[in-house]
Amino acid sequence: MIHSRNLPFVTTLGIFVIAYALCVLQFPNMFSTRVVGNLLTDNAFLGIAAVGMTFVILSGGIDLSIGSMIAFASVFVAVMVNSLGVHPLIAFAAVLVISTIFGSLMGAMIRYLGIPPFVVTLAGMFLARGAAYLISTQSVPISHEMIDAIQGFYFRFPGGGRLTALAILMLAVFIVGAFVAGRTRFGANVYAIGGNQQSAELMGVPVGSTTIGIYALSGFLSGLAGIAYTLYTSSGYSLATVGVELDAIAAVVIGGTLLTGGVGLVAGTFVGILIQGLIQTYIVFDGTLSSWWTKIVIGVLLFVFIVLQRAIIWYSNRKLAESRLREV
Amino acid sequence: MSDKTSLLDARGIGKSFLGIMALDGVDFTLARGEIHALLGENGAGKSTLIKILTGVYTRDRGTVALDGEDVTPANVAEAQALGIGTVYQEVNLLENLTVAENLYLGRQPRKFGLIDRREMRRRSEALLSRYGLSIDVDALLSSYSVAIRQIVAIARAVDLSGKVLVLDEPTASLDSHEVEMLFSVLRRLREEGLGIIIITHFLNQVYAVADRVTVLRNGRLVGTKKLAELPRLELISMMLGRELQHITREHQAEAETIAPTAEAPIRFAGYGKRGSVAPFDLSVRPGEVVGIAGLLGSGRTETAFLLFGIDRADSGTATIDNKEIALSSPEAAISNGFGFCPEERKTDGIIGDFSVADNIALALQARQGWSKPISSREKAQLAESFIKSLDIRPPDANRPIKFLSGGNQQKAILARWLATNPRLLILDEPTRGIDIGAHAEILKMIERLCAEGMSLVVISSELEELTAVAHRVIVLSDRRHVAELSGDQLTADNIMQAIASSARLEAAE
Ligand SMILES: Nc1ncnc2c1ncn2[C@@H]1O[C@H](COP(=O)(O)OP(=O)(O)OP(=O)(O)O)[C@@H](O)[C@H]1O
Ligand SMILES: [Mg+2]
Repeated sequence: MIHSRNLPFVTTLGIFVIAYALCVLQFPNMFSTRVVGNLLTDNAFLGIAAVGMTFVILSGGIDLSIGSMIAFASVFVAVMVNSLGVHPLIAFAAVLVISTIFGSLMGAMIRYLGIPPFVVTLAGMFLARGAAYLISTQSVPISHEMIDAIQGFYFRFPGGGRLTALAILMLAVFIVGAFVAGRTRFGANVYAIGGNQQSAELMGVPVGSTTIGIYALSGFLSGLAGIAYTLYTSSGYSLATVGVELDAIAAVVIGGTLLTGGVGLVAGTFVGILIQGLIQTYIVFDGTLSSWWTKIVIGVLLFVFIVLQRAIIWYSNRKLAESRLREV
Repeated sequence: MSDKTSLLDARGIGKSFLGIMALDGVDFTLARGEIHALLGENGAGKSTLIKILTGVYTRDRGTVALDGEDVTPANVAEAQALGIGTVYQEVNLLENLTVAENLYLGRQPRKFGLIDRREMRRRSEALLSRYGLSIDVDALLSSYSVAIRQIVAIARAVDLSGKVLVLDEPTASLDSHEVEMLFSVLRRLREEGLGIIIITHFLNQVYAVADRVTVLRNGRLVGTKKLAELPRLELISMMLGRELQHITREHQAEAETIAPTAEAPIRFAGYGKRGSVAPFDLSVRPGEVVGIAGLLGSGRTETAFLLFGIDRADSGTATIDNKEIALSSPEAAISNGFGFCPEERKTDGIIGDFSVADNIALALQARQGWSKPISSREKAQLAESFIKSLDIRPPDANRPIKFLSGGNQQKAILARWLATNPRLLILDEPTRGIDIGAHAEILKMIERLCAEGMSLVVISSELEELTAVAHRVIVLSDRRHVAELSGDQLTADNIMQAIASSARLEAAE
């Protein structure tokens, strides 16, 4: 039985399967491991960041600093490795520590100063972007034998597709993210806060530490997404990934997570990412369409989903009324 | 009984909000194995005391000892770890989670560090079965009625309480059968040595279940007494600080002033909705109070929803002054001069950040249209008069309503509808959660409104209340209007019999 709270996810999955089938009908070549492999690799950094965004939105918040944080992380790593000659692993570790602390500070401000997440993370967005500019305004290329090794690593699918290290990283983040959300107490607390913060508090949920944890996780994952972006483009650039937070929000919402918090699945976000990737792939295959069609289709999908969510709320209210009538 | 040592010992507790003294030097002791009622008028400080004991608020003054050791829980989780489980007045758990997730939030059974959902389901089912509830625990809490949610909240708190169980108005949405079940659970826990604090405005329930009572008034301790040695009238005067004027049935005389032959201007004929309420006839004359009685789920609230256009009728007609009207929405009902004060005021009614005056003026403003704002002087006068007549405390019209106690918020919502001076006012459980003094005030106000020619439909599960205010009572059972009582027939016993005999009829069918 499909519980109504899984309905948005099931719908998204259905839309993806149908859309993919239609694409394949038109371009049979799209049904190949090559396409799937590329799709995963191309969207790896976005997917990683979107997992963090899923937790934030599930808790009823928002994180606008993600795109800037990715840019900051990529420039930081590139400059550390290239100009300062630091080993990539140390640079990775350093950037993950910085981004996690950055996220936890935002979480602490949201919780203890009572400033809305929108405002705090908007400030964080400017701050991270500014810090990236400070490091370098140029595109900084990166080369190191270890980075080359990571970039060259892949599993070969039957059919010629490649499962790259980036794709594996993203899949791992999604799997761990799904377990954290669905099967840990931290995850349950995130849903609780998103449902109703005051009630959660009165039920003994540690709202403070959970809020900090949520934004720390989102910071950590944007740092990781920045590393993935560096590996993907072999460079760090402070002007890159402007607006990626909005793509991440779109993936989360299309994946069936309620923007008001409390309802949604990490797996849904994965499907949201796949749908965005599918549209891009379709445009590449078609060859004549402008890449702006991606934005248009995503815009339409967002509308569809918001209407769908309204419909579900209406439906569950009606069911509630009916169930009240049934009992005596 | 003499070997009972005190389990929880609070001394000289003080707390003020924004310069208002909510608690002033209150002492409170709870013994092992006792059920202790905490009573007082709306705004007396009961919920505040509870919240201090359970880590929601920090006290300004005083000490709290649990098992002889000083404790200061900094949050609810710490209080839970100390073995104090609580159902707060305003909490309805989390609607976006399943029943099982609500029951075990923060203490989910785990296997290899991950939540063990199967075990959680098993334990949830076992837990709820003790309350006679066998429901799908993997369904969302929001798919269940208020009563079931309340039982789930209680079950969670009971399960959490190793030493102390606190229930702040737990019985507000339960019917008498469920209340009895709750009480038998409480008695069993008492045997096991738990200390239980219960807050309620139902004095019958206090005498039925509690051993001792502590009364607060205006944030001060009035006294702690054994209930067995405390006559009811003395308890009431402890709460009010004065004698309660007797509520008489003086309107019985007035009833005759309504000419029985007069055509009722507001009439519903064959009105009903499939699956909700069977078609019924209802006519209300000016100055008349029609009561609606029945068990929970008998169709009382559904009838109100139909009358006010929240649900649309699929049969019958509604007429006012011989003109047929369409009650297709609450807006339509309001523009025909209807008002409705719903049962779930706690969640539906208030706008927390608005002032008391704004909350009161809301319905009147909506009826006038937003283009004609009510002047702030008018609003202040309006608020002033209702604060006085309903005894809303603190008497400050500009205070955000969220800072008022639960019962005072309800009075403000009632005032909102009274302010629109409707032709027909529908009240669903108007006195629930309201203290005994204000209760009498509200009943008096209902009588005054009738004298001024307003028509009222009052839904209530308190039969005494219905027989006291209503001229006629319609009895519902299984979503049908099964009887109508008036005049000498109108007694609590007769209502009960009407409910029981129709239930027996159905059983025989
Ligand atoms: N968070 C708050 N901020 C400001 N004032 C508050 C707050 N909570 C309670 N008060 C005030 O403290 C007083 C006591 O309120 P409390 O909620 O304890 O009353 P109560 O006895 O539980 O009443 P009721 O029977 O209506 O629930 C009231 O005057 C109320 O307005
Ligand atoms: Mg209270």
